[in-house]
Amino acid sequence: MAIKKRHLMLGNMACVHGAIYAGMKFFAGYPITPSTEVAEGCARELPKIGGKFIQMEDEIGSIAAIIGASVAGVKSMTATSGPGYSLMVENIGYAYMTETPVVIINVQRGGPSTGMPTKGSQADTMQARWGTHGDYTAIAVAPSTVQECLTETVRAFNLAERFRTPVTVLLDEVIGHSREMVTIPEKGELQIYNRIKPACKPEDYVPFEMTPNGVSPMAGLGEGYRFNVTGLTHDIMGFTTNRPDEVAPKLDKLAGKILNYRDETVKMRMEMMPDAEIAFISYGSVSRAALQAVMLARKAGVKVGTVQLYTIWPFPDKQLIEACSGCKKVIVGELNMGQLVYEVARVLPDNIQIHAIQRYDGEFLTPMQLLEKLDEVI
Amino acid sequence: MEDSKIIFSRPTALKPTVTHYCPGCTHGVIHRLVAEVLDELNLREKTLGVAPVGCSVFAYNYINTDFLEAPHGRAPALATGFKRLRPDMIVFTYQGDGDLASIGMGEIVHAANRGEKFTVIFVNNGIYGMTGGQMAPTTLEGQITTTSPKGRNVAEVGMPIRICELLSSLVTPAYLERVAVHTPQHIIRAKRAVRKAFTYQTQNRCFSLVEFLSTCPTNWGLTPGESVRWVEENTLKYYPLGCFKDPDKEVKTDGTV
Repeated sequence: MAIKKRHLMLGNMACVHGAIYAGMKFFAGYPITPSTEVAEGCARELPKIGGKFIQMEDEIGSIAAIIGASVAGVKSMTATSGPGYSLMVENIGYAYMTETPVVIINVQRGGPSTGMPTKGSQADTMQARWGTHGDYTAIAVAPSTVQECLTETVRAFNLAERFRTPVTVLLDEVIGHSREMVTIPEKGELQIYNRIKPACKPEDYVPFEMTPNGVSPMAGLGEGYRFNVTGLTHDIMGFTTNRPDEVAPKLDKLAGKILNYRDETVKMRMEMMPDAEIAFISYGSVSRAALQAVMLARKAGVKVGTVQLYTIWPFPDKQLIEACSGCKKVIVGELNMGQLVYEVARVLPDNIQIHAIQRYDGEFLTPMQLLEKLDEVI
Repeated sequence: MEDSKIIFSRPTALKPTVTHYCPGCTHGVIHRLVAEVLDELNLREKTLGVAPVGCSVFAYNYINTDFLEAPHGRAPALATGFKRLRPDMIVFTYQGDGDLASIGMGEIVHAANRGEKFTVIFVNNGIYGMTGGQMAPTTLEGQITTTSPKGRNVAEVGMPIRICELLSSLVTPAYLERVAVHTPQHIIRAKRAVRKAFTYQTQNRCFSLVEFLSTCPTNWGLTPGESVRWVEENTLKYYPLGCFKDPDKEVKTDGTV
């Protein structure tokens, strides 16, 4: 086994390498702190592999462009931060409705509004779930290290292609602007999922066919298959419908293709959980502090563990209940005024006490703060 | 010295503070021109500035009037709402080229076309400064930026947008002038344009926009001195100075009066 080359890399740049590894060939974006390095990296790297980079006039144009490119059959991505994500949500709904796989990197910063461009946050957690109008089922994943920026971006592309749906990668400024050692995996080392293409003749193609798992094979527009795409509620051929017997099944298909297979989306990391009486629940940069806090607390004999969520949406209801089944108390840590904690409270049984520690002053939660909270909760 | 009198001082519309702008950036000069005109026309107490997103997001730390900081690109829309309700007040937006000519293109075109009676101070340095030097719609052909690492390829992204020329195609009356501030002579001319724009606003005449050809030594990768030469040798060749539209004058299509 050869020694692998390691690179000192920015979290945002690791997203670029993850996307390229996953097969991204198109990026459209607009400058915004703290995500701009993703666009800059794509501007440098994509032309080298025959891909295309374009800077658009704003974030609305950026996400619309990647939807257009994805419809053409190409894996596509954009990157932004809170204000840009807010502008993108209409088109995220459009991608969801038109069943177009795209990946959106959201390097979260302090908000609301212009907020704090250079300060980290996890306050877009609920926006990633509920941002667009209409009934919507979201997929969002979240890394906590620079290496995971690469692997979670790969996973985001896989989920987007598997479910024909937009997927958000929730970074925060702390992770996006961290520099750590990264190993770029060899070809074949990570599984790459590509959208299923139709096996039928072009004349038999039904672009939004009701398949058993809800995912319809997706031809590239312009490959010879008749294709009509609309953000209006549509029938299996892609043409507008208001018929109740077609509308509800369409919305059921959109949600069901994800929710009925949500086990495929779940990814969690559990440390020191088997005998834990108290568990930290968190994602992203907070999980790093939680891990450190758990190690220190264990030395003092406290039976505490940590659950890190890599998949935020759909929320891993069943798996979280299982993970925390031996706990009397949990502490939900997040960089906002309390968002993830609502989901935890919704899911966990009443016999588990739920505590929360939140920070929304632009600084990140430290292991010491988590230990202080632990001390208070015990 | 009892009989001495003050003949030159900091305008009251400019706060006595140090700016965050880089050495060689002309935002400071432009801020001062706006402040001097507000003082001279005695408008400061009834003026609202609307700041953009970009380097001049902090304009409210330096220009001593009430301020609204707008979401990126939306300054002309915020200004519209306010000015329509308070036509007695003086309103100006202060916007960079990313804010005005990219994400805010829709807002500026429609504000100009509606003939909103406010003034736009448009600062064009051909690059995104605050986010660290990305290509702007106004970046010159071949110019290297972090998102055009091999230089702006106009075959792929088109030619730089000339805002004054573009807005002058609208039929609605307006005052549009492009100025520069890289020499004292140009600064004196620029001030005349700012004064004219605010004067038209006080007369409730028309929409007014003054485009400043500005510098960005940090993201151009040039010294302040080299940046001035860059403006002289490159920017001015593509962006001709002059008045493009004036309600008082017949304007030819080449921008000359």
